Amino acid sequence: MSFPWAEEYRPKHPLMRWLDDRLPLPRLVYNSVGGGYPVPRNLNYMWNFGVLAGLALALQIVTGIVLAMHYNSNADTAFNSVEHIMRDVNQGWFLRYAHSNGASFFFIVTYLHIFRGLYYGSYKAPREMVWMLGLVIFLLMMATAFMGYVLPWGQMSFWAAKVITGLFGAIPLVGDPIQHWLLGGYAPDQPTLTRFFSLHYLLPFVIAGVIILHIWALHIPGSGNPTGVDVKTPQDTVPFHPYYTAKDGWFAGLGLILLSVLVFYLPNYLGHPVNYVPANPLSTPSHIVPEWYFWPFYAILRAFTSDFILPAKLWGVLAMFSSILLLFFLPWIDKSPVRSGSYRPMFRIFFLILIIDVAVLGFCGGRPAVEPYVMISQVATAYYFAHFLIILPILSMVERTKPLPHSISESVLHGEEAEAAPADLSGVAPAQA
Amino acid sequence: MAAVETNDGAIHAVEEGGVRRRDFINIAAVSVAGVGAVTLLYPLVNQMNPSADVLALAQIDVDISAIQPGQAIKTIWRKQPIFIRNLTPAEQAAANAVDVSTLRDPQTLAERTKDGHRNWLITLGVCTHLGCVPLGAAEGETRGEYGGYFCPCHGSVYDTAARIRKGPAPRNLEVPDYEFTSATQVRIG
Repeated sequence: MSFPWAEEYRPKHPLMRWLDDRLPLPRLVYNSVGGGYPVPRNLNYMWNFGVLAGLALALQIVTGIVLAMHYNSNADTAFNSVEHIMRDVNQGWFLRYAHSNGASFFFIVTYLHIFRGLYYGSYKAPREMVWMLGLVIFLLMMATAFMGYVLPWGQMSFWAAKVITGLFGAIPLVGDPIQHWLLGGYAPDQPTLTRFFSLHYLLPFVIAGVIILHIWALHIPGSGNPTGVDVKTPQDTVPFHPYYTAKDGWFAGLGLILLSVLVFYLPNYLGHPVNYVPANPLSTPSHIVPEWYFWPFYAILRAFTSDFILPAKLWGVLAMFSSILLLFFLPWIDKSPVRSGSYRPMFRIFFLILIIDVAVLGFCGGRPAVEPYVMISQVATAYYFAHFLIILPILSMVERTKPLPHSISESVLHGEEAEAAPADLSGVAPAQA
Repeated sequence: MAAVETNDGAIHAVEEGGVRRRDFINIAAVSVAGVGAVTLLYPLVNQMNPSADVLALAQIDVDISAIQPGQAIKTIWRKQPIFIRNLTPAEQAAANAVDVSTLRDPQTLAERTKDGHRNWLITLGVCTHLGCVPLGAAEGETRGEYGGYFCPCHGSVYDTAARIRKGPAPRNLEVPDYEFTSATQVRIG
């Protein structure tokens, strides 16, 4: 895997050599995220979000395990146990806010990671498996986040459980039995809470496992890059460590500052006040919305308002799931041989429109289901599907792409090899400390 | 974490002390990250300490008016048993008759009770060996050969001042902080 010029792991210390012969774990780390993994030298900051997402998962697992020491998955005491965490447990407020805002942080960086992939054609051959495993991770994240949101057993928790499992009730014939099977009853109650807690604890470790596959699949062809041009020579790459460990490290610091601002200054900004009201099966809050990271999908769900062959309810559910499942086929929908959007002038424009479209969907998803938001959602939903099913196939046929650089090095040096040649040392000023 | 220079070695800017600017940046950056990680560790560890609601249970008031001489009661303080025993004059005399210097954990009865309330022996009902609850506080339980308490787990024997006399326990039964708020009320904790 990777490139023939990758540095080989050569432990110096006899103990490390002894270990390498028996359990080559340091070798695995070295080859994965150390000096043994050559990475294109021209990665821009959009390539930092994968590491950041991994960091977010680690933070969620650590804070989550700690919260589980104090949380009580009993329908009578769950709400109070969360308040107990907030008021009584030492630094419990910090741990809970870090976990709830950590989820938002996780989704922010993951969405940026996904849009990076969409723009730079990261889903194209030979990285289709990387893309599809990433989508699996995204689906698992959504399931985990949803079940986690149910655990505090507030009003939003309860009605989220009711509404989201209700999606499955839209399936013809088997819908109701499936919903009752998911809930363990006719409405969310003790069985629902207990199983959601169990799965909410399990799934992050499944995600971690799929991430290992995601990285494994990535490291076969190696990382992509902003030009989309394949790596050709050793001049095109630098070792992951120290170059990208340093870059990712400083970017992780930046990300953690953002997370800290949320946790310490705006801990409830992304939440809903009504979830501090204990769950009440007899009263639905007047305006129920999911967490912000589900808004675009929620808007698609609500965009279908009239029956057309199938019931509107089923259309909404199908469209919502299709909006993600569709992405699994993206490597074969977008046939353009050019990966990077930077060399596809028309694609760039439509990509920008897609981002606006998803933002509009997100905005509408967070609003009440009234006009004009329903109508806007319908238009935006139609455009979302049109982008993938109509615009991308046509673009890949008609678009006239810009000439690609011959190599990564060439694009980095902008053809100024003469200037980049070994320097006349007399002209180089030493770095000032 | 060695700095890697891909340029020609001659470009290295070595400061007068032999420390390169990049070495300094490396050490400074990793140090800051390390301090951050350790700081994050504090709440992760401290959350396992007793929470505020547990600490709030750390003080109880007990009405001792109904305890007759020779009788003892068990109550709960910090989720642990407390023995409150009304010593008879004979039991006090037996405790005072012992030569303190011969004891494993030398303490007099006076040191283990309050002035004016010499008959009230208030101790934790937790054997100092491995934490079992000794027998002797409830009606009908054996009080051991010294008439105090007897731990059935590993055979520690306590006398009428709840001092260790025989068996593996290292110390006398612990006397918690307490005060008499009135003649019949005691506040433990």
